[in-house]
Order: sequence, then C-alpha cells, then structure tokens
Amino acid sequence: MFFFSDHHILCTVLLTPLFGALAVWCVPRGLAELQRKVANGFALLGLGVALPLIWKFHADAPEPFQFVTDGNWIPSLGVHFRLGLDGISLTMVLLTALLGAVAILSGWSAVREREKEFYVWMFLLQAGLLGVFMSLDFVLFFVCWEALLVPLYLLIAGWGGAKRGEAAMKFLLYGIAGSVVTLLAILALAHARGTFDLREILLHPFMADAGKLSFWLFWGFFLAFAVRVPMFPFHTWFADALAEAPTPAAVMLAGALLSTGAYGFLRISVPMLPVAALRYQGLMIALSLIAIVYAGFICVAQKDLKRLVAYASISQMGFCTLGIFTLTPLGLYGSVLQQVSHGVVTAALLIATGILSERRGAETVSDFGGWAKLRPRFAAIFTVAALAAAGLPLLSGFIAEFTVLRGAYDLRWSVAAWAVLGIILVAGALLLMIQRTLFGAAADSTAENSVEEIAASSGLADLNLRELAPLGALLLVSLWVGIYPGPLLRTLKRPVERTFENAFLVCFPKARAVEPTRGASDGQKMDRTQPNSVTGAATPSANAPAAEKAK
Amino acid sequence: MDWHSIFEIARGDAAFLFPEAMLVFFGLATLLTDFLLTTEQKSWNALTAMLGVALSGASLWVLVRPAAEYVTAFSNSIVVDPFFICFGCVLLAATAFTILLSVRYLQVAGRQGAEFYALILFAATGMLFLASGSDLVVLFVALEMMSISFYILTGYFRSERRSNEAAVKSMLTGAFSSAVLAYGFSILYGIAGSTNLQAIERAVLQRHADFPGMDLLTFLALGTITAGVFAKIAAVPFHFWAPDAYEGAPTPVSAYISVGSQVAGFALLLRLYLTVFWPVNVDWSALMAVAGVLSLTVGTFAALTQTNLKRLLAYSSIAQGGYILLGLASAVNRDGSLHERGLQATVFYIFTYVFFNAGAFAVVTLLQRRGEINDEIDDLNGLARRNPVAAVLMLIFLMSLGGIPPTAGFVAKLLVLWSLVESGHPYLALAAALFILPSVYYYFRIVAAMWVREPGEEPATPLITVAQKFALAGMVAVTLAAGIFPEQFLHFARYSVLGPLGL
Repeated sequence: MFFFSDHHILCTVLLTPLFGALAVWCVPRGLAELQRKVANGFALLGLGVALPLIWKFHADAPEPFQFVTDGNWIPSLGVHFRLGLDGISLTMVLLTALLGAVAILSGWSAVREREKEFYVWMFLLQAGLLGVFMSLDFVLFFVCWEALLVPLYLLIAGWGGAKRGEAAMKFLLYGIAGSVVTLLAILALAHARGTFDLREILLHPFMADAGKLSFWLFWGFFLAFAVRVPMFPFHTWFADALAEAPTPAAVMLAGALLSTGAYGFLRISVPMLPVAALRYQGLMIALSLIAIVYAGFICVAQKDLKRLVAYASISQMGFCTLGIFTLTPLGLYGSVLQQVSHGVVTAALLIATGILSERRGAETVSDFGGWAKLRPRFAAIFTVAALAAAGLPLLSGFIAEFTVLRGAYDLRWSVAAWAVLGIILVAGALLLMIQRTLFGAAADSTAENSVEEIAASSGLADLNLRELAPLGALLLVSLWVGIYPGPLLRTLKRPVERTFENAFLVCFPKARAVEPTRGASDGQKMDRTQPNSVTGAATPSANAPAAEKAK
Repeated sequence: MDWHSIFEIARGDAAFLFPEAMLVFFGLATLLTDFLLTTEQKSWNALTAMLGVALSGASLWVLVRPAAEYVTAFSNSIVVDPFFICFGCVLLAATAFTILLSVRYLQVAGRQGAEFYALILFAATGMLFLASGSDLVVLFVALEMMSISFYILTGYFRSERRSNEAAVKSMLTGAFSSAVLAYGFSILYGIAGSTNLQAIERAVLQRHADFPGMDLLTFLALGTITAGVFAKIAAVPFHFWAPDAYEGAPTPVSAYISVGSQVAGFALLLRLYLTVFWPVNVDWSALMAVAGVLSLTVGTFAALTQTNLKRLLAYSSIAQGGYILLGLASAVNRDGSLHERGLQATVFYIFTYVFFNAGAFAVVTLLQRRGEINDEIDDLNGLARRNPVAAVLMLIFLMSLGGIPPTAGFVAKLLVLWSLVESGHPYLALAAALFILPSVYYYFRIVAAMWVREPGEEPATPLITVAQKFALAGMVAVTLAAGIFPEQFLHFARYSVLGPLGL
C-alpha cells in the first residue's frame, strides 16, 4: 500500500485532515447536514489512517525515529520537510487523532451556525497539532506550532460564548508572545549548530561547553512551552479560553494543545539543553507544584463547570511538568502517561459539561442537580470521567499520577507530599461537582411535575448513541491505560531511556552510581548493549539473559 | 524619417527603454482615446492602461537575457540588470493591481476619468526609472515624476476635504524632501564632478581611501540623501505625511502609494547604498538599524489605537518599512563585509510585501459603497458572516503582515531575524521579534471585528467584481505560495541582487 508504506504513512496522517478541510470547503453553502456528514467522515478517516501506526511501530527498533519522511523544502535555507516518530510522539499523534475524531463528533449538535467554516478550522487545527508532534525540523515545527494558533483563535472568536472576543485575543497574544521568543531561540540554535535537524541536535545536545548560550536557549523555549502547558505564572489565558470555546474546540485545546507544551519540554528543553534543565530543575519543580496546589485551591472555589475543569486541567498538567523535571525515567514515563490520561479524561469531562450546558443553557454548578435519576447514562459517564480525573485506581489518572509521584518521591519526599495535596484538592472539587450536579434535589423539577414528565420534555433527554460513542471511547482508553499500561510503557521505553541517558548519564557519568533509584534503568541499559535482541526487556524470555549478564 | 532608422534606434539603446516607453505611450493613449468613450464605457480606459502594463511586462521579459550582462544605455544613464528586471516586475504587478481595484472604486465614486489611469501609468514610469536609473539626473526626474503623479492622485476627489488635505500635506513634505535629496545629489556631483553613478562610486571610493575615518562631505551626502529617501518610504522620523495621505487618498491610490512608492524608494536606496555608499557601509548599516527600530516603535505603537483602517494600515506600513530597514542593516556584517542572506532577506521582504500589503488595502476597497468610503474598523463588523471569502482573504493578508505562518510575511520575518542573528546583531533581532506581539494585536483587532462582532444594520454584502477578483487572486496566491513554497521566490530575490550590486 503506497499510502501506508513506512515513508508515506506520516504524510497520509498529516494530510488527511487537510483533505478533510478541502472536502468540507467544497460542499456548497447551505447543505449543513452534508457538511456535517463529510466532516465526521473525514474525522473518523483521520483516526483510521493513524491506527496502522500502532502495529507498524517497532518499540524496540534501534533507530531513534521511525517512519522518517525527508523532503527538501527550502533548500537555500537548509529547511527540510522532515517527519518522524518515536514512542513519545507516536503516543501524542494517536491521542490527537483520537481527540480530533471525538471533538468533531461532539460538535454535531453543539455547532448550529456556519458549520462549513467551523469544520474547516477544526481540521486545520488538527493538522497543525499533528505537525507539531511529527516534525523533525525546527522550522517545520515552528510553522505548525504557530500556525495552529489562528484556527483555534477563530474557533473561539467565531463560535464561543459571550466573552469570546477577549478570551480569544488573550489566548492569541499569549501564544504569540511565547512563539516570537522561541523563534529567536530556534534561529540562535541553528546559528550555533548550522542545522535545523532535530535528530542532529538530539544526538549532540548542548553540554557544559556551550556556556551561557544553552541557558538563553532554555529560557527562550521555556516561554513558549510554559505558556502552552500552562505553567503557573502563564496560566491565566487558559481558563478564559476554555470557558468561552465551543465544545469541540475546547476538547482540542485542553486535550491536545496543552500537550504540545509538555511535548516541547520532553523533546527540546530536556534532551537538547540538559545542563540548563538540570540547573533550573528546582525552579521548574517549584512552578509545577505551585500550579498543582494553586489550581487545586481555585478548583475547589469554582462555581462555573468549565472553569472548574480548566483549573483541574492546569493542576493535572502540573504533574506533567513535575514528572519531566524530576529528570528521572519514572517521572518521564509518568509525564507522558499523564498527558494521555489528561487528554482523554479532560476531553470526556468537557464533552459532558458541554452536553449539560447545551441541554440546560447554564454553566453554573448550582443550576444543575438531580440529574442522576433522570439521566442515568449521562450520570454514569460523567461520574467515571470525574473519578478518572480525580485519580481513582484502575483509571488512567491514578497510574499516571502515581508514576510521577514515585519519580518525585525519589527526588525528595516533600515534593511528592505537596503534589498529593493538589490531588486531594482536585479530587474533592470534582466529587463536590458530581454531588451537586447529579445528585440532590433536581433543579429542574418542581413539585407538580413527575420525574418522567421532565425526562420526556424536549431537550433534556438522556444521552443518545451519538453522544455516548465518543464519551465511551474516551473512557475505554482511560480504563485501558489504567489497567494495562504495559504496551504504552513499552512504546515509551526507548525514547525515555534515550532522553534520560543521552543527557544525563553522558553529562554526569557519576550520576548512575550516586542515585540508588536508577536500578531499573540499569537493567534497561544492559539491553541496549545488545541491539540484536529485538524484543528487549519487553518480554521475559529476552529479559532473562540480559538480567544474567547484569549479574 | 524612414522606417528603417526607427528600427535602427529600436535596436540600439532605445530597446532598453521599451518597458517605460510602453507605459508612457499607453498613458497618453488613454488620455487621447477618452473622448471617444461614452460615460458607461469609461471603464474601458482601465483596459487600455492594463494593456500598457502588460506590454511593459512583456518588454521586461524580452530584456531578461540582455540583463544578465548588465548592459547600460544612453551613455550609462540607465542600466538594465536583474535588479531592474525584478523590481520592474513587482512594480508592474502593483500597478496592475491598482488599476484592477480602481475600476469599481471610481465607478461607485462617480468620477471615472482617463487622467486617473494615465497618472497611474506615469507614476509607474517614474518607478521603473528609479529602478533602472544610474545617473543622478535620471533618478531625480524619475522620483519627481512618481511623486507629482502621486500628489495629483491623492487629491483626485477634488470635492472631498480629506482628499484635498492629504494632497497638500503630501505635496509640501514631498517637495521639501525632494529638495533635501537634490542637495545630497549636488554634493555627490561635487565629489565626483559627474552625475554618473559609476563615476561617483569611483570618486567616493577614492575619497574614502584618501580620508580614512570621518569624511564630512560623504557623510553629508549620505545623510541628506537618506533623509530624502526616507520621506518617500515613510520611515521615521520622516513619516508624518503618510497617515494623512493614506487616509485621504482614494483607497486604491493609498495601496499604490503604500507599496509602489515604498518599493521604488527602497530600489533607489538599495541602488545608492550598494554602489555609491558601499565604502561607508558600516555607518549606513547603523543608520538603518536606528531608523528601523524607530519606525517599528512609532508605527507599531501608533497603530495600536487607530480606528480608521487606512490610517491603521498606514502606520502598519511604517512598521513594515522598519523590518525592511532592519533587513538592510543586516546586509552588512559587523566587519563591513556583505552578508548575502541579509540582502536576500531585504529584497524578499520588499517583493512579497507588495502583495500582502496591497491585499489588505484591496479588501478595504471592497467595502466602499455609494457615498461612503467605509474605511473604519467597525465597517468590517461581522464580515465573516456577510462575506466569508472577503473575511478569509483579509485574514490571510493580516496574518502575513503579522508574520504568522504559513504566509509570505512569516518567511520574510524569519529571514530578517535570521540574518540579524547571523550578521551579529542579536539585540536588533530581539527588538524586531518583540514588536511582532503588539503588531499581531492590532492586526487581530481587525480580525476580531470580522469574526466576533455582529454585523450592524447594513448587512449588504460587499460586491466583488471580476477585476477585483483577478487582483485579489493574484495577491493571495503570491502571499500563500511565498509562504508555503518560498524556494522559487528566494531564488528570484537572490537573482535580483546579482551582479554589480553586491553578490
């Protein structure tokens, strides 16, 4: 198959949303139903073409990036159209593809005006996100990074809530502010190294000999990534943008756009600038902890559903950055798990709150109540999503936060303790929300009306299949990650190891002896000495001889 | 006179005048044939003018081959080189866009005269001579030809107060700046004893060798000429006429002044700086850096609070000029050697700027209705609902002005920033990058009006005529193509500065 060969599959995945945009654009104005169908078809197709990546990807392949596509884009500037995936970016690409399909499906009834334009911008946004995760060239990375701001701006500005203008502008200006400094950092980096190739710079990170440059670069990139994550002092745009965005845009914003920030730290800041990352580790952890705890407190005090989800989201993304800057393999694993978990769970929560406000036309917690009796299916889904976000075991939130905490604990126990406080606050807030919206006295029932009458009244029905399908899919992913994260961890193993070892064990050879917690990675290190054992540590049979050798 | 001798002349030096001669010929032709047309047929004048532009472009195409050898004509007073070919192409494109946009504008305004198109062609003639002139007299006459045509075009709506005010303002400042420029030219003549640029180049070089360090006369010439040209390209601190002129002029003329006058001014600047003033390049590079940062500052901060679209775009043009000046500053390395990418970045910026800046003005032109110009930001309210195509086009042009990918403006800014970093001006690069943020704010105020606000009481959809469609299609095609596949455009930019000019 031409489209699914190793060299073309990434182009296929990247171009499908663009063709989706083109297809929707070609549908004549006025045929809203057809536009909706075409859009949903292409959204599912976008997910479908991404799925073969799962079985085509070799978790134990020796080369760092797979499915590499390399085209000469702007030869006179040395800029290439270069795509490729490692375990981390594969995870992110699949997450984005899934969220893209789910988001567009969730817009079926939510978007009732200018559908055509709406879907075009959604597809462009998705393509931009995919491009960020796939690109192996700094200029391409930046183009995608910045270009996706505009579709999301328009989605918020054109289809958002009452204060959409201010929220969208705030989002855009924060995004651009981060980007312009990053552009300079990219140019300085290219000037120092003479290449825009990410692989090249990953192979030769900026070590102590780079001097002050690596610190300048670190702060340049930090600004963009911190705005996106969003980290503590740069988070103020997010709650506004999320609260005003239409549901499908909110899903992409919270689920995938925030991950681009964390991905930037994972892909650029830590492995390329290890000396600077280590130097500012304390500060980064402090900022992450502030985000976790501070957002947790705000969460408890929130009355507005979407804002509550937004601050819960900031708190959870704090775990991502915390995990990354523990600079331990466990922390890195946990960070990626948390991105996946946060992506699917927050998307589910946002779709659910979207349905609530669509049916009730209100977004304050106290406007709801007693929905569990009337709409059992909705209640079940909403509860599971909230519990997943709160970190209930067996669901993805638990395993992700646990792994991050484990990494943080190895670093210093007090870090883990502060982070736990954040978990408790967010869990409390979410449970309170569940209690007030789903249980208790029904806000929309009166003494005269019976329960059945209200349920039958138009616009307040329980979930239909179209609403159930995306929510169910998201929660299944959450459940799968929560129960059996093995395959995901195996996919992440190589890049996490590489990030960790490339930077730190090369930079500080003594670190291995000093740190008692690196035992696990020592075992993995042995596997790398024999690249011929293809399956690596993943299967017991291959692991056994490696363990023997280790002894 | 027999036909034979005419062919002889045409085969000699006159062949190199064909692009300009076509414009003059068809400019006069519109004036002469005007009386044959009835009032309804007046728009045919535009057709005649377009024919002139097309034939001028065709003669440029014929000159591509001789241009590779950098031929000079009329005892070295004009030069046909890649620089002329490329700037000529871009200036003719700007002229064609202006003519295409003007047809409906003049129809609606009810004043469709042949003189309008003739003046546009005469201005274009001046611009082409600015790009090809290699003699001070030719350059000065060309500059005046362009400027005087612009004064008249700016005041074309005689009965309108704003138009009159704009014309007077731009004429007074223009005359003043021309005088300053002429003073600078006279100093150059004093240095060399010749008006020919090549002779002056040799003389300045000799003088530079004779008086190492400060040479007052050269600096005086540099300063006065720079001041004169800065007034034409509306660079700070000689920008005061621009916002009023842009606001008062008919919108297609605003577009033409903004791109045509600026590009022709930059052509003159590049021609003089890269040849005559090359020995003192470190000094003019510093001058460009200061003027660039000043233009960025003034243009950006003044644009933040504007409510009139044309005024906003005027200040934005000043800021964009600042980026081009910074690009020019980066064409010189710290040690005084040429930084090729800086030059390429400057020229790429100038060439693509023509298309996306004219595009923004073009969308404003669409808003005009009988009796009202509709050039306030509020007139764009709800355009995304009223006319999504116009709104998306405006979005693309504004993205490009703001430097957001995937547009030509992004590649241009990337190149300028990159060459600033590489030529050893990191702080200038930082300043240039930081000014992107406020500029995105004011460009997206316009976008917000189109998408966020509801359309007011007049939901009348702006009409797009066929001519305007052609113009807009050309502008948006280049804006996107140079943003997504910039390679060919980079080659074009590099080709334009090949030869005696640097590379």
